[in-house]
Amino acid sequence: MAEPADDRRPTGPRRPRKTPGLSPREVDRLIHERTRLGIVSALAVAPSLSFVELRKLLGTSDGNLSVHARKLEEAGYIACAKGFEGRVPRTDYRLTALGRRALERYLDHMEHLIRAVRKG
Amino acid sequence: MAETVDVRKDGAPPSLEGRAEENLRFIRETMEKAGTFTDVSGWGTAAVGGTALAAAWLASRAQTFQGWLGVWLAEALLASLLGFSAMAWKSRRAGSSLLSHPGRRFALSLAPPLAAGAVLTAALARAGIPGPIPGVWLILYGAGVTTAGAFSVRVVPAMGICFMALGAAALFTPPGWGNALLAAGFGGLHVVFGFWIARRYGG
Repeated sequence: MAEPADDRRPTGPRRPRKTPGLSPREVDRLIHERTRLGIVSALAVAPSLSFVELRKLLGTSDGNLSVHARKLEEAGYIACAKGFEGRVPRTDYRLTALGRRALERYLDHMEHLIRAVRKG
Repeated sequence: MAETVDVRKDGAPPSLEGRAEENLRFIRETMEKAGTFTDVSGWGTAAVGGTALAAAWLASRAQTFQGWLGVWLAEALLASLLGFSAMAWKSRRAGSSLLSHPGRRFALSLAPPLAAGAVLTAALARAGIPGPIPGVWLILYGAGVTTAGAFSVRVVPAMGICFMALGAAALFTPPGWGNALLAAGFGGLHVVFGFWIARRYGG
């Protein structure tokens, strides 16, 4: 399942902040939660993953994955496509440009936080 | 709702730096695990199958063993280039590098059986015993794909097992069937599994 090309292109280069704050409030709490961070991270390197693949990858339950995927979907970080494989329902997820930027921001934040603590 | 925060064994909360490092480690590990879903290129595998079918046709017309061997060795080189180029393209498209941990792991798992196959081919050719060569190629390539695919989606090791079964059949059937079994394996299995992987796992 091909991901639209626009999601893979950097959409508006974002420069890392030079003086990141250390306050946890600045962290994107939406993807700070472990399951949601896992979903976003996995989809960052795969064009799309099915619900079952994500569940196995993250070692979580159907209900837990469903709840967290819904939150990411509502935020526009991931997109969901429902279909059938034969007679079996299949749900595929992919990361949106917004979700990719959110992950990049989160990575920047963590890296700057580590550097700032080590400098201090 | 649980966040990415853990508590050390001594009960003290982890440092801010430790938590950030742990989060980055988790992201990297998840990406590596997820990368196995996409590293093997289905279209590349199917293309390798196509070239193998052409090679089988050419090899069947060879008049000598050396000619037959030359065709298949050229095909092995072409298939390696095609396969790894397709994997690299797919990795780049997914925003990761083929040299990432899953890609390296796949290549390192595949390499030893292929090297063993090269040595055995040279030994068998030198001893003038060409009969087992197709079986050796199929069974060792299958072993490589099965072990490399242990870290990937199930269809990859399944393809490896099919190659091993075909290789075992080739070793116990008349030597005259060897070229046809190579066509069925390197051609047929690659095309079928390649399309399957392309359709299910993002290209």
